[in-house]
Amino acid sequence: MVDSKQSWKAWLYLSPALVLLLIFTAWPIVNTVRISLLENYKSLAELGGATFNFGFANFVNVVTFPDFLTALGNTVLLCVLTVPLSTIIALLIAVALNSIKPLQKVLQTIFFLPYVTNSIAIGMVFMTMFNIIGTNLGSENQIVTTFGLINNVIGFFGIEPINWINAGSSYWANIAVLVIYIVWDALPFKILVLLGGLQGINKQYYDAAKIDSTPKWRVFSRITVPLLSPMITYVVITAFIGGFKEYSSIVAIFGEDMGPAGAGGRLNTMVGLIYDSLSQNMDGWASAAALILFAIIFVVTMINMYVSKKNTHY
Amino acid sequence: MDNNENIRIDALEDNENAADTPKEEVVAEEAAETAPEQSMTSKIMSEKDIEKVTTAQRIVKIAFTTLTYVFLGLMALIVLFPFYWMLISSLKSLPEYQLTVPTLFPKVIMWSNYVEAFNMANLGTLFLNTMYVGIVSTLLSLVITVLSAFAFARLEFKGKNALFAALLGTMMIPGELFTVTNYITVTAFHWQYTFTALIVPFLVSVFYIYLLRQNFLQIPNELYLAAKVDGTSDLKYLWKVMIPLALPSLISITILKMMGAWNSYVWPRLVANDEAHRLISNGLRTAFTDVASGQTNYPVQMAACTVVSIPLFLVFIFFRKYIMKGVSRSGIKG
Repeated sequence: MVDSKQSWKAWLYLSPALVLLLIFTAWPIVNTVRISLLENYKSLAELGGATFNFGFANFVNVVTFPDFLTALGNTVLLCVLTVPLSTIIALLIAVALNSIKPLQKVLQTIFFLPYVTNSIAIGMVFMTMFNIIGTNLGSENQIVTTFGLINNVIGFFGIEPINWINAGSSYWANIAVLVIYIVWDALPFKILVLLGGLQGINKQYYDAAKIDSTPKWRVFSRITVPLLSPMITYVVITAFIGGFKEYSSIVAIFGEDMGPAGAGGRLNTMVGLIYDSLSQNMDGWASAAALILFAIIFVVTMINMYVSKKNTHY
Repeated sequence: MDNNENIRIDALEDNENAADTPKEEVVAEEAAETAPEQSMTSKIMSEKDIEKVTTAQRIVKIAFTTLTYVFLGLMALIVLFPFYWMLISSLKSLPEYQLTVPTLFPKVIMWSNYVEAFNMANLGTLFLNTMYVGIVSTLLSLVITVLSAFAFARLEFKGKNALFAALLGTMMIPGELFTVTNYITVTAFHWQYTFTALIVPFLVSVFYIYLLRQNFLQIPNELYLAAKVDGTSDLKYLWKVMIPLALPSLISITILKMMGAWNSYVWPRLVANDEAHRLISNGLRTAFTDVASGQTNYPVQMAACTVVSIPLFLVFIFFRKYIMKGVSRSGIKG
């Protein structure tokens, strides 16, 4: 009797959460698969009574869409460049932080600061650092007022000013700016996790190494990295998942055109593609693109887990 | 606000109890020091050799420590510089900002940029909209999370474990997959251009339910049974015992949820990007480019960025512990 009373109450308490989850989580999973298989599905048309053929046309259309390869290429490129770079830098900072006593807390707080920012606001700050102010940029008779902060800094080392993000800038200059911003933005979470992992390593391993007077790099590669490998795996997997969903960092620096002036859409990503299709009411395409993205993330996560299982030491 | 919680959330929990063991360290250091002393007596090394080794080692150690600090200092500078640049740029006049060689401190401090930022970007309205969405969605979300976590942690019912596992399973799916249908749903409900569209779809977070359930489970069941014997109602027990004990987790959830509203960009842009409902991130990106001339008043733009960043810094200063704890467990931004 107590049991039935308890379960009645439990469902009552769970009801608000379950109702919302049914509408905004469970139904989307079913419906997204459904409409991805209805050719050229448009929700507005369906409300008007239209019917759609069953088939894989949405997937074919998305994959053969010229922007798809651009978006996929950009997304993969940004992932491949930023994940290892940010992980290595974060690992170095975490190890360095862990090895010092004075100022450790202060520095730890500083390194966490980029996390508590509005990514649009700080992205715009990065934009201004790379921005060239002038007129007729990219043409023969351009008039430059200032090359901006970064170009002044590299000019100090004798490097010619680079057109990073303005009209007429090269693709690789754009990518370089994005990589710098994304790595800067990704560091705090990684440092936090890796430092937490480092502080959990039993000191006895290091003491044993000290007695054997093991060289520092060997301690790093034979003790620190292996014992930290579960944390590194965690950080890499979340970084890949986040990387494949890259979108707002590009909006922050290049605006909603997803590219420098005159080359809009050049830096579009997979998530950008989904939102583009959605705002053009191409719901079938959007869900096909979302499922493709999910499949990619799933496969990459599985590969990550497989590789790390082989190399992780517990 | 995107529903992108990650897997392996509990990977970190094991490390939280990592306590420093200074005593052991001292013992071990002594052991390390006595080891060469023993060899000293065994004639293999003369005393001088030992001194040489130790001074050489000491120099290496000092050099290494210096290098570590230089590296950390340099990285800290890189991390901090964008904030500094934002601040000084926000106080410069437009002509000074456009100087060929940028100045590192404003010659004339232009507080008026901030006034202009508020007027140009309508920052006041954006602030109020964001606060409204943030507060309402946090409060509702807390109620829903507490009730669900309580049911999962304390009550017995058929299919509890299966349901909980199913919920955790949804955390692996990227939020973009939900967005497509949710956009259609919100349109069908005629929620476009309302705050409801910004609040309701993200009220339930499986991760927060999970986090709080773990916390509730640590509270001994005997307390609950004793309260039952005394005839205390569930809700009273929840309010008087469980919520106070789980307060740190609730604070973490509140802060992360508020930060989510403050930083959300993609969903609001899709469903409610009109003057009356625009949130701060969306307003920030588009407000400062003069459509006619294509010219941007950068100092004013930076002033707006500073205004948007300051509340986040204040929250960070006061609630650092809760934020870092919540983040290290979830790996989500917002």
